[in-house]
Amino acid sequence: MIVELVFQLLQVTLVILIAPLLTGVVRATKARLTRRRGPPLVQPYRDLVRLARKEAIVADSASWLFRVTPYIVFASTWVATALIPTFATGLLFSWSADLIAIIALLGAGRFFLALAGLDVGTSFGGLGSSRESLFGALAEPAMIVIVFSLALIAGSTQLSTVAAFMTSGAVGLRVTLAMALVAFIIVALAENGRIPVDNPATHLELTMVHEAMILEYSGRHLAVIELAAMLKLALYVSLIICVFVPWGSAIADASVADRVVGAGVYVAKVLAAGVALGVFETSIAKMRVFRVPDFVGAALMLGFLGALLLFVSRTLK
Amino acid sequence: MTSRLLSGEADWFDAGRRMAAGEASLVSLWGDEGRMRLCLREADGGLAVVDMAVDRGAFPSIAALHAPASRLERAACDLYGFLALGAPDGRRWLDHGRWPLRHPLGRRAPHDGAADPYAFLEARGPGVHQIPVGPVHAGIIEPGHFRFHAGGEAVVRLEERLGYTHKGIDALMRGANLARGAELAGRVSGDSTVAYAVAFARAAEAALGADAPPRAHWLRGIMAEMERLANHFGDIGAICNDAAFALMLAHCGILRERTLRAAKTAFGHRLMMDVVVPGGAAVDLAPDGIAAIRALVAEARSTFPKLVRLYDNTASLQERTVGTGVLAADLASRFGAGGVVGRASARDVDARRDHAYPPYDALTFAVPTRKAGDVDARIWVRILEVGESLDLIETMLARLPDGPVRRALAPGGGPGEGWALVEGFRGDVFAHLRLAADGTIARCHLRDPSWLQWPLLEAAIEGNIVADFPLCNKSFNGSYSGVDL
Repeated sequence: MIVELVFQLLQVTLVILIAPLLTGVVRATKARLTRRRGPPLVQPYRDLVRLARKEAIVADSASWLFRVTPYIVFASTWVATALIPTFATGLLFSWSADLIAIIALLGAGRFFLALAGLDVGTSFGGLGSSRESLFGALAEPAMIVIVFSLALIAGSTQLSTVAAFMTSGAVGLRVTLAMALVAFIIVALAENGRIPVDNPATHLELTMVHEAMILEYSGRHLAVIELAAMLKLALYVSLIICVFVPWGSAIADASVADRVVGAGVYVAKVLAAGVALGVFETSIAKMRVFRVPDFVGAALMLGFLGALLLFVSRTLK
Repeated sequence: MTSRLLSGEADWFDAGRRMAAGEASLVSLWGDEGRMRLCLREADGGLAVVDMAVDRGAFPSIAALHAPASRLERAACDLYGFLALGAPDGRRWLDHGRWPLRHPLGRRAPHDGAADPYAFLEARGPGVHQIPVGPVHAGIIEPGHFRFHAGGEAVVRLEERLGYTHKGIDALMRGANLARGAELAGRVSGDSTVAYAVAFARAAEAALGADAPPRAHWLRGIMAEMERLANHFGDIGAICNDAAFALMLAHCGILRERTLRAAKTAFGHRLMMDVVVPGGAAVDLAPDGIAAIRALVAEARSTFPKLVRLYDNTASLQERTVGTGVLAADLASRFGAGGVVGRASARDVDARRDHAYPPYDALTFAVPTRKAGDVDARIWVRILEVGESLDLIETMLARLPDGPVRRALAPGGGPGEGWALVEGFRGDVFAHLRLAADGTIARCHLRDPSWLQWPLLEAAIEGNIVADFPLCNKSFNGSYSGVDL
């Protein structure tokens, strides 16, 4: 029991430690591809420390909501991360909640962030919140439909069970899984405000989505929000890894050595995903805001189609 | 092609009416001591300057007849304290109330520096809300205020408010000698320093009845084309970057940097500031300059076509630029918009060809135009102009005449008046110069092409979505500094 708890705590710590590195890898990849040297990989850590040391300026018009939102967003994202079997399945917390709970936790974070964007009363905050809600209204159902497809295949919405099932080799090649993967990636891009949905590196306030909502934040508040955003990216990458490429991850009741190996494999996969994201973002332009619903809507439709195919194939048997 | 000087109320009204009817287009409108002046371009390309005496502090408004004159007229009224009778817009333009005085060039009056209220034009309707943007922006760009009225994401109305980089160029020019005047002109808008310096020098040479040596003309031509290259490279990359396609910015940025370095080698300054002076050029081409420029041309010829293909083949990028921010051709022609903005909306104008000043009178080149008037068209006009500029630079290097690069101008050669229209990378830069008897500058008016392009941006964005504004704005790339003077 104690060992399980230690491993769970290790998992939670590992994810939060690796999240800024993942962001650093994405930025470094993009810098290299655009022929820049780019900041060192540890720059996101330094940025967080710098922000945390700075004074937090809060707008006069801000209410208590504005001040507590960073912590709510961070807490909900971190708890959601703790539920994911990153390097080993069957960790202590992963039995306490399933994928639906993860979606709900992230949804709660989004809800508060959108409220905080509106709370200050600036036009940019409102603009960001409205866009975020528009995208979220499609991304969340898409995510739920994807989860349904996965649940139909694996027989559970419990991530540890899903991951164990995927590793077992009993799945085989399934069209539904391919559709779910594509849909999952689309949702992940939209949820994390990556190109082509949002540009995390932009300085154009009129085009921002996530950045517009947090435009008024500074100091430690901003540091916490930034860390939550990095964590969210790591969360989605981990989700994709655990569901679609779970190989190398330690199974439940594995030995300590296996789990250490699992952790190493996990870190390597996360970094590879960071490079892939950097390459993808460099090769594509951002979409028009009104095209994004089409894009995320495609994820929703793919999810539906995948679920439908499963039902049809089962009936035919 | 002619240059005429007219004066009197009849000519003034006639000019306004002919511009409104589209028989002539407005080049500029400005104030001088006791009079208002305007310059118009006839259908045959000739320029005419028309004077109107200001009677008891007032003059009949041209903006009342021809809307494009409105901001120029408002700016002139701020500087001189004249009253434009019948003007459609009585708000101040340049003067935000932050100056310690009113009417710095006319009847000066002290002012406490308290900001004036500014009533933005309204838009009403269900769900219409305002989005104020600037003058302080999230990125490092020049300050300007944009007031959007939007219904959700759709722009209902955009109104610009500029003037935040007012430097008092008109007042600094007054009483300055020509050398100082050339320096000031070269700093009105730093990215167009060569175009401004050439316009100023040509106006000064016209006022004094002098001419620069042939080699100087050709050097000016090379510099002007290098300036165009550097800015077009920068703009093409920056427009794509505003659609979050950083790859183009990175590669175009390299080409821009190569151009600036070649300029540094050839003329001793990256932007070629203060190289063009009245009477010729301050420096001759450096010995290794020709090789540096040829190397630049060769590199641009090999890498730029690949970038053009990248732009053309990236569907996600095309999706953003095609059909975005369409500027109607009739509007562009009504405002007499020059440069990339005008040519992308089917206006076949180019001061280099239409006013055939040396060295362009001896050169042949195409003036690319597009009909679509969208962001894509403005990118394509830039792309095609890059090709023309590369050809022009090669030709000019090959045919560069020998001889001196500077001719001393007669000291104290006033009084006199001269004007010039020169094609910069944004469009036609107009310079009008009135010299006093002792040869110092009595009045120098410099009109940036952006005066006639900024208002068109307001029209082009209408019906687009708020998030597409940066893309449209960058594709216009109006100068803030150039219009704030």
